Amino acid sequence: MASLSFDLIALQLFAGLALGAIYVLFAIGLSLIFGMLTVVNFAHGAFYMVGAYVGVYILALGGNFWICLIAVPLAVGLFGLAVERILIRPLYGRGIDYPLLLTFGLSYVMVELVRIAFGKTGFPFDTPEVLQGAVNIGVGYFPLYRLFVIGATAAVLLALWLFLEKTSFGLIIRAGARDPQIVRVLGVNVARVWLIVFGIGTAIAGFAGLLAAPLQGVSPEMGGTILAEAFVVTVVGGMGSIGGAVLAGLLVGVVVSMTSLFAPEMAKVSIFALMALVLIIRPQGFFGRAGLMS
Amino acid sequence: MARKITNGSISRRRLLTTVSAGAALAASPFRVNLLQAQEATIKIGFPVPLTGPYGAEAQDQVRAAQVAIAQFNDGGGLGGRKAELIVRDDKLNPGEAATRTLELVEKEKVNFVVGSLSAAVQLAINNVTKERGVIFNSISQSDAINEAADFSKYTFHEALNPHLTSGAVGRYAFAKFGKKVAFLSADYAYGHEMVHGFLEAGKAFNIENLGDIRHPIGTTDYSTLLPRLQALKPDILCICNFGRDQQISLKQATDFGVKKTIQIIAPLLTHAGRVAAGPQAYDGVIGGCSFYWGLEDKFASTKAFNEAFRKMYDGKLPTDYGALGYGGVRTILAAVKNAGSVDTDKVIAALEALKYDFYKGPQYYRKCDHQSVQSVLVIQSKSKELRNESDVFEIIATDEPNEANLRSCEELGHKA
Repeated sequence: MASLSFDLIALQLFAGLALGAIYVLFAIGLSLIFGMLTVVNFAHGAFYMVGAYVGVYILALGGNFWICLIAVPLAVGLFGLAVERILIRPLYGRGIDYPLLLTFGLSYVMVELVRIAFGKTGFPFDTPEVLQGAVNIGVGYFPLYRLFVIGATAAVLLALWLFLEKTSFGLIIRAGARDPQIVRVLGVNVARVWLIVFGIGTAIAGFAGLLAAPLQGVSPEMGGTILAEAFVVTVVGGMGSIGGAVLAGLLVGVVVSMTSLFAPEMAKVSIFALMALVLIIRPQGFFGRAGLMS
Repeated sequence: MARKITNGSISRRRLLTTVSAGAALAASPFRVNLLQAQEATIKIGFPVPLTGPYGAEAQDQVRAAQVAIAQFNDGGGLGGRKAELIVRDDKLNPGEAATRTLELVEKEKVNFVVGSLSAAVQLAINNVTKERGVIFNSISQSDAINEAADFSKYTFHEALNPHLTSGAVGRYAFAKFGKKVAFLSADYAYGHEMVHGFLEAGKAFNIENLGDIRHPIGTTDYSTLLPRLQALKPDILCICNFGRDQQISLKQATDFGVKKTIQIIAPLLTHAGRVAAGPQAYDGVIGGCSFYWGLEDKFASTKAFNEAFRKMYDGKLPTDYGALGYGGVRTILAAVKNAGSVDTDKVIAALEALKYDFYKGPQYYRKCDHQSVQSVLVIQSKSKELRNESDVFEIIATDEPNEANLRSCEELGHKA
C-alpha cells in the first residue's frame, strides 16, 4: 500500500476526532438518561431513527433543514415525554432491568411501526445545499457537513452543561439523581423532574438522528448500529458521566480511525477491544461512579 | 390476579391468531385455487428474505413471480392444472432458509423451488433441494452455485454471477477510465468474489491494483477509510458491497469529493438501492445489472413484461431483482408446459432444451452448470431528465450473451 505521509496521518487523526464528535452526539442522550434516572434506555436507537423520520416528514411537508433542527428535537422530545409518563414511570423503584426490558421491547415496536407506516426501503436525505462539498482543512479536504455536525455537537453539549450546572432546575435534577428521597422530602416534584430529563434525553437522540440522516440516509434499522456504539462510549466514559462520554467518544473515534489506517477490517472490533481493555483496568469507566448499576 | 391476566392474554392471542389467519385466507389470491383443485395445482415454493435489509427487493421478487403465475394460469395452465406460488420468509439467514425449504418440500409438497436473495442463503436452499431431488432455480448472484461441489442436476441459476457481472463492468471501465484501480469491499463472500472477478477481467488490461480496503458488513461510517483511498490516487475506485452498505458508502464518497477526480464503479447497482439513497449519492456511478425496464425500447419481451407488471401493480415498473423472480418462475412453468408434465427429470430436460426470451432478450441454460447464459447491462446512474420515477439508470453498454464470458465448464470442475 502507498506510503504513509504526514498529511495522511494528520487527516486520519482529524477524521477520527470528527467521527468521535458524532459518537459523542449519539451517546449523550443515553448517558444523560442513565446518569439521572438510572434507566438504561435500549430504545435510544429507535428515538434516533424516529428523529430522522420526523425530519423526512417535515421536508416532505415543504419545510427545510433549519426548521427540522428545531422541530425534530421538539417532536421527539414530546414523544419521549409520553413514553416516560405512560410506560417508564410505573417501573421506577423496581430494579434496573425492568425499564431495560421495556425499552428493549419498545425499540422493536417502534422500528416495526415505522416499517409499516413508511416502508422498509428507507429514504434519501440530501445534505442541505449550503453545507455540501468539501473544504480544505490544511492537510486535505474534509466534508463541510461533518464540520457542521461537530459544531452542532459542541452547541448541544454547551447548552446541556449550562442547563445542568447554572440553572436552579439543573441543580434540582442533579440533586434528584443523588438522593431522590431527600429532594422529595424538600417538596420537589421528583416525578416531574424525571419526566423532563427523559424528554431532554430523547430530544437529543432525535436531534442526533436528524444530523446523521445526511451522512447515511434514513432507514428503519439505522438506530441498531449506533445503539451499540453509544453504549460503548457510555460505558467507557463511565455510565452516567457526560464529561466521560465526551472524552470516550473522541477516544473511540480516534481508535477506529487509526485502526482503519493499518487494519481496516479490524476497525469495528477495535471499539469493543477498547471497551474490554478499559473495563479490565477501570471497571466503572473513566469518570463513572461505582455502584450505579446495583 | 396474575393468573387472571395470563388467562386473558392467552385467549386474546388465540383470538388474534384465528382472526388474522382467517383474514389472510380471505384476502389471499390463492383462495380460489384452494377451493377448486387441491390435488392438481402445481406448487412453486418461493423462499425470499421478506424481512431484513433486502425486504424491498424480496417483495418485488414476489410481485413479479406472481405475474408469471397469473400468465400461466390465464393461459390455461398445464391442461387445466393451475400453478400456485407458496412464499416463505427466509429472513436472509441460511439456517432459516434451509428449514423453510424443507418445510416447503415435506409439508407443502411443492413441485419446484425458486428464490433466494443472497449468495450464502441460496447454497443452503440448494443443499436441501438437491438432497430431496427437487428442482431449484436460484435468482440471486453466486459463483459457488455453478461449481461442481455445489451443483447438482436439480440446480438451475437464472441470476447473473459475480464473475459475469464484474467482468462486464470491468471490461467497460478499464478500457475507458484508466489502469490504476483501488477497491473498497465488504469483507464477506460477495465482496471477495467481486474483487476477484474484477482482477480477473483486469488482467487483459494490465490494471494496477493499488489496494483493497475491506470493511465489515453493516458499516455506517466510511469517513476513516475514504481519505486513505483518496491518497492512493486511483483512476477508478471500485466499491464492492451491497444494499445499505453500498448506499451509505456512495453517499459518503460523494461528500468527500471522491467523484471529482475518480470514477466510481460497482459490480452491481440495484434499483431499490438507487431509489433509497437518492440521485445525489449515485450520480455518475457505473455498475452492472441483469435487467432494466428501459430495455423495452430494444426487446418486445421486456415491453410485454413491463406492461403485465404495470397492469397488476397500478402502473409500477418492475425492478432488476423483481425481474429475476419473474424469469425464475416463468422458465420453470414454460418447461413444465413443454414437457407436458411436472415430472422432475422431464422438466430438467425441457429446461436444458429451452431457448427463451421472456423479459430481457435471448437466454438459455448452459448444459454443464445450468447457468443462464444472458446479457449483462452496464448502467450509469443519472440525476437529470428523469422520464418517470423509475427512470434512474441509463444503459451505456451491453455484454451480449456469450459463454466465453463465463468460467469454462472444466474450470468449474464439471466433466466435459
